[in-house]
Amino acid sequence: MTTMTLAGIDVELNDEGFLVDPSQWTEAMAIDLAGKEGIDPLTEEHWKVVHFMRSEYLAKGSGPSVRVLGKTSGVTIKELYQLFPKGPAKTAAKIAGIPKPKGCI
Amino acid sequence: MHRIVILGGGTGGTLVANRLRKIYSANEATITVVDQNDDHLYQPGLLFVPFGVGAIKDITRPRRKQLHQDIKYSTRGVTKVELGSNTVRLGDESCLEYDVLVIATGATLSTDETEGLTGPGWMEKVFTFYTPEGATALATVLRDFQGGRIVVNVVDMPIKCPVAPLEFCFLADAYFRKRGIRDRVELTYVTPLDGAFTQPVCSQQLGGMFVDRGIKLVTEFNTGVVDGAGGRLIAYDESEVPFDLAVVIPVHSGAAYVANSEGLGDELGFIPVDEHTLQSKTSPNVFAIGDAAALPASKAGSVAHFEGGVLVENIHRFLDGQHLDASFDGHVNCFIESGSSKALLIDFNYETEPLPGHYPGSVGLPLMKESRLNHLGKLAFQWIYWHSLLPGRDLPFVTSHMPKAGKNFVAPIQKEHSR
Repeated sequence: MTTMTLAGIDVELNDEGFLVDPSQWTEAMAIDLAGKEGIDPLTEEHWKVVHFMRSEYLAKGSGPSVRVLGKTSGVTIKELYQLFPKGPAKTAAKIAGIPKPKGCI
Repeated sequence: MHRIVILGGGTGGTLVANRLRKIYSANEATITVVDQNDDHLYQPGLLFVPFGVGAIKDITRPRRKQLHQDIKYSTRGVTKVELGSNTVRLGDESCLEYDVLVIATGATLSTDETEGLTGPGWMEKVFTFYTPEGATALATVLRDFQGGRIVVNVVDMPIKCPVAPLEFCFLADAYFRKRGIRDRVELTYVTPLDGAFTQPVCSQQLGGMFVDRGIKLVTEFNTGVVDGAGGRLIAYDESEVPFDLAVVIPVHSGAAYVANSEGLGDELGFIPVDEHTLQSKTSPNVFAIGDAAALPASKAGSVAHFEGGVLVENIHRFLDGQHLDASFDGHVNCFIESGSSKALLIDFNYETEPLPGHYPGSVGLPLMKESRLNHLGKLAFQWIYWHSLLPGRDLPFVTSHMPKAGKNFVAPIQKEHSR
């Protein structure tokens, strides 16, 4: 757990860099979080995915997996990997300030 | 007279039907099981077929024969479920009305979701052992294999029996050692997860077993294309793993009719149900069991078995207008074949990850440790499956809830399902 200042607000991040309290998230913070992931600038397509992740999390309590994202976000899996090369679900969740999407068992 | 319709005559559907029959006489309820064919396959047996142990006919029995005689059985495909009118539409355009519906149609393989998987090379050097045809074909291919690169690739989770691909690697290692050509075979396990398995302590142990056996591990590989002709797996990030023989576990979805049934399933065709009662989140008179359910538990026969007790109790309570029993704890119990007639046993639930110790109590089968006893347990299980589990008998020493006695709780384990 580390504390840092993102977009002028003190927040806590867990060991993997996910926001501990999703309610603290702001759009300005997303830009800083994206920068930490090497994504700069956040294009319209990035925002589409980030907003989708966040609304799914708020509606269902967890963010979607890459496969579900590819089926429901309107962005294909191939494009998702071009936008977020290190792993779309994980990276977009981080930028959207929500917990890491749960895999399956 | 209650009308209970069960879609699917596999592990979950069969054991629930037989248990319901014990509660309701033929005058109190009609119990109807529907499945598209009459072949009940003992799916754990598929793992051994590629290594020349057993054939499909040895692990298949008629579905109808596994059901009590007072249960109606219908061999028909399901077209859709209409939740509003409590009706199931069947392939021959007939329909069934229900008071309670149980979805037990399992998971299907969506080979078409991965580019190239069933293209050139499919069933020549790209196979899956998750189907009877694939497992049978692999037996010939492995028998004739003289050396080269074999990859075992899980495309994405969730899959049925998430330990089976690991077991395939262990059995392949032992198989080629026995044939004396292990030094000519390169075995690589390619997974989208960040370790050998989903659960931290167990993942570490299984990762160690890979090292001991010289099996290579490639993690966080998200397969985009299977290039059978070119002999390579290509990830979405364009990294590649070459192969001479690929054993691929395709992505899984729920049964096809779920997608046609408004409000029934999620994006992948699995049924969202309450984690503890197994009641549908959209329709109170619909329940799901086994692989068909969208739950944070393994898709495995043992889970369907442990769910059975709570599910039957809840159907009974629902029909009586009572509160449901919210006691399913996500209990999973799996034998993991490790080759050379040994196996490990893991036992866990929603809250507790697999831990060392013994099962079901301080005296019992060793947990997370290779032993011959566990291998014998795995073999004996097929008999138990047909003769005790499917008929709905209680198994001695086996409880629906995960036993805590016998497990070594070293430090508080915070469980995280990581990707």
